[in-house]
Amino acid sequence: MQSPVLLLVLLGVMALAYWFGYKRAISVAGGVNRIKTLHSLPSYYGLYAALWAGLPALLLLGFWVGFQDVIVTSLVEEELPAEMTAGLSAGQKGLLLNDIENLATGNIVSGEVTPALQAAADNYAHLQGLADIALWSLVLAVALGGLALAWKRTHPKLRARNRVESTLMVILVVFSSIAILTTLGILLSVIFESILFFQKVSVTEFFLGSEWSPQIALRADQVGASGAFGAVPLFTGTLLVSLIAMLIAVPIGLMAAIYLSEYASAKIRAITKPVLEVLAGIPTVVYGFFAALTVAPFIRDLGAAIGLEVASESALAAGLVMGIMIIPFVSSLSDDVINAVPQAMRDGSYALGATRSETIRKVIFPAALPGIVGGILLAVSRAIGETMIVVMAAGMSANLTWNPLEAVTTVTVQMVTLLTGDQEFDSPKTLAAFALGLTLFVVTLILNVIALHIVRKYREQYE
Amino acid sequence: MNKQTFDAPVEAPARRTIDTVNAGLQRRYAAEKRFRLLGVGAVILGLLFVAILFLDIVGKGYTAFQQTYIQLPIRFDPEVIDPTGTRAPDTLSGADYRKLVRAALQARFPEVSGRRNKRALYRLLSPGVPQQLRERVLADPGLIGSESDVWLLADDDIDMLVKGHIDRAAPESERRVKDRTLAWVDTLVADNRLEKKFNTTFFSQGASREPELAGIAGALMGSLYTLALTLLFSFPIAVGVALYLEEFAPKNRWTDLIEVNINNLAAVPSIVFGLLGLAVFINFFGVPRSTPLIGALVLTLMTLPTIIIAGRAALTSVPPSIREAALGVGASPLQARLHHVLPAAMPGMLTGTIIGMARALGETAPLLMIGMVAFIVDLPREVTDPATVLPVQIYLWADSPERGFVERTSAAIMVLLGFLIVMNLTAVLLRQKFERRW
Repeated sequence: MQSPVLLLVLLGVMALAYWFGYKRAISVAGGVNRIKTLHSLPSYYGLYAALWAGLPALLLLGFWVGFQDVIVTSLVEEELPAEMTAGLSAGQKGLLLNDIENLATGNIVSGEVTPALQAAADNYAHLQGLADIALWSLVLAVALGGLALAWKRTHPKLRARNRVESTLMVILVVFSSIAILTTLGILLSVIFESILFFQKVSVTEFFLGSEWSPQIALRADQVGASGAFGAVPLFTGTLLVSLIAMLIAVPIGLMAAIYLSEYASAKIRAITKPVLEVLAGIPTVVYGFFAALTVAPFIRDLGAAIGLEVASESALAAGLVMGIMIIPFVSSLSDDVINAVPQAMRDGSYALGATRSETIRKVIFPAALPGIVGGILLAVSRAIGETMIVVMAAGMSANLTWNPLEAVTTVTVQMVTLLTGDQEFDSPKTLAAFALGLTLFVVTLILNVIALHIVRKYREQYE
Repeated sequence: MNKQTFDAPVEAPARRTIDTVNAGLQRRYAAEKRFRLLGVGAVILGLLFVAILFLDIVGKGYTAFQQTYIQLPIRFDPEVIDPTGTRAPDTLSGADYRKLVRAALQARFPEVSGRRNKRALYRLLSPGVPQQLRERVLADPGLIGSESDVWLLADDDIDMLVKGHIDRAAPESERRVKDRTLAWVDTLVADNRLEKKFNTTFFSQGASREPELAGIAGALMGSLYTLALTLLFSFPIAVGVALYLEEFAPKNRWTDLIEVNINNLAAVPSIVFGLLGLAVFINFFGVPRSTPLIGALVLTLMTLPTIIIAGRAALTSVPPSIREAALGVGASPLQARLHHVLPAAMPGMLTGTIIGMARALGETAPLLMIGMVAFIVDLPREVTDPATVLPVQIYLWADSPERGFVERTSAAIMVLLGFLIVMNLTAVLLRQKFERRW
């Protein structure tokens, strides 16, 4: 694959096309002194030529790179002698093709190298080489053809600026639709695999079953031969950890926001606020490390000192650290809404003789409540979707428990464990991760939509 | 009449409002004080968490920047390295350098006998030492036949012992380093043959199962490639989207839909982007897994909303007069934006981009799903080579049972946090230097 090199060459051709277009525009106008006869500035003719040379070729390159492997592989597969593929399942065939590809690129091959395999590999290498040559010549031909077309079209009456601008606008619109494509991609990817999953495991078992052991034993007579996919323990585990996190984050974050926006002097605020926000910038894997190696042992020792049995990976440790992580999230969102409450409401309350805390509790807090609730909902959605802290500190065992001192597992932890390592897209084990992902996506989406709606509505109220 | 009604309450010794107020004042002031203290407490608690977190990481990790070395006189025995005397590179690199190390250790401690004791003795040094010697000899074949003092990498257990992470007072059976090894280490220390030096391995090597041989160079390169590609993909797209939505988009359902989508995507759990990468990019488009390329694609989609939202805010803050002035002197709408509005909004956009990149640098969860957790020793040289990134390396090390990895994990975290701090400071400075109040 030499597509990065080709891409660079193509960029070079575009630069060249710009220069040619620029010169051509001046020459058709009849020299530098007569460029006022051109419709647009010469640079637009340059851009016009560059776009003609670059865009079609780039599109072609993109499609080609996307499909070359598929086409070459299927061609090689057709050429394979019948006795090699006879009686092979789709998976085995895939392995065979992989071997051929590895042999052709000089990597390690899993089995013995038979002459037939060697022939197929040579065929593969030959086809790939052919495809690369075809790609280079085609892309460069298209680029030069575009340049020639632009060259021919360049004329003082050509509305080059308008052409270039409308092309750019189209590109901008295409970029903008990426957001929608992303959402669509997420939805499609989780929905397709989830449908496959729910064909193997019933919906009711997944959402109501209390037994979770996705590891399916190899032999039918072993324990856990069928695997169990009741996700209730994961849901309760997620809720438990999130609940602990919110119990830490909401009071501390809210009180910190109130103090900083209502009491603190500008100087203290200027120092404290950024320091607190440092907590939001720390990667979650760091929190996970902190939870697993510092907080969890600390809680276990503390529990042992007062005679409590604490698991070495406990929901409490994970929840606690997650709470710390979310503090700045709650505090900065609350800070925003508290600051949005009009000063007149405070002044009115003070004029009636209320103290500051009374004003805050009876006037500002109720006025800011919708916004704060919206912020808290966003924080909950973050807590539910948080992964690394729980992966490193909450454990893997699916316990159906409300005891924060025990190890629990969460939706995100199971998604990570099911999808790291070997993936088999025909077993419910791997597909279960997508069903969990769908659940997670839908729940957080609902929370986000509600929260964003509340926050936006609230902001409009005081604007 | 008036006077009478006014005086009436005075005659009856009733309570005036001010009395009610005064009576409750004490209580209300106390409540005020309590509330204020609660606020102070919350802020202090928050600051305390920051302090504990940093102290904990630094306290665990600063020792990893030093590494224990043992100095031994090594005789580069021609019989072992190059018995034929041809000095052919193949012979030199194929020689058994373990023999040199073992001979040196035995010469230093001649009293050690018995297989088990000898094996314990050999374990003073890292399994990477023969490789270290091989590189020396290959770099300078003139060494062969000479004898010189060489600083050799100590094993991670010895390193932990020297750094005080192994309790000498613990009973021998519960200690990773046995009494005889302790005695050897003590003699080496007494001879000034054991020293802690700056840990270059940590910055120059890739992953390894042995803590003393493990380094972050591979992960750093992976992070660099991934981040560079992410920037390359996301910045132009984000600027384009922000420009379109803020300046050109007609108010209709389609643009509403795009806006709602962007806001929601900013709050979607990052792990879901991992699912997208796995199902769409890897399984459908066949992008090679475990590579910076696929990592960058996923991280681009993840950071786009952040950068777009920041970019739009930056564009809104440019006053309309700039646009109108440009349009007034005959610029086309696009020219007005590209020549005047966009440059004015650029500092804000760059700030948003840096913050988005910082987020991408620290992201772990989605990368786990697209195979960037592989154990990769070699440094990646292309964007399609298998690689891992710094946060994932931290995750992998945090899972390793060896005590030596704890300090290395913390040190890697310190490096990561260092990068993040530099990026965020750049963003803040950029904002301060170039932000204009219109």
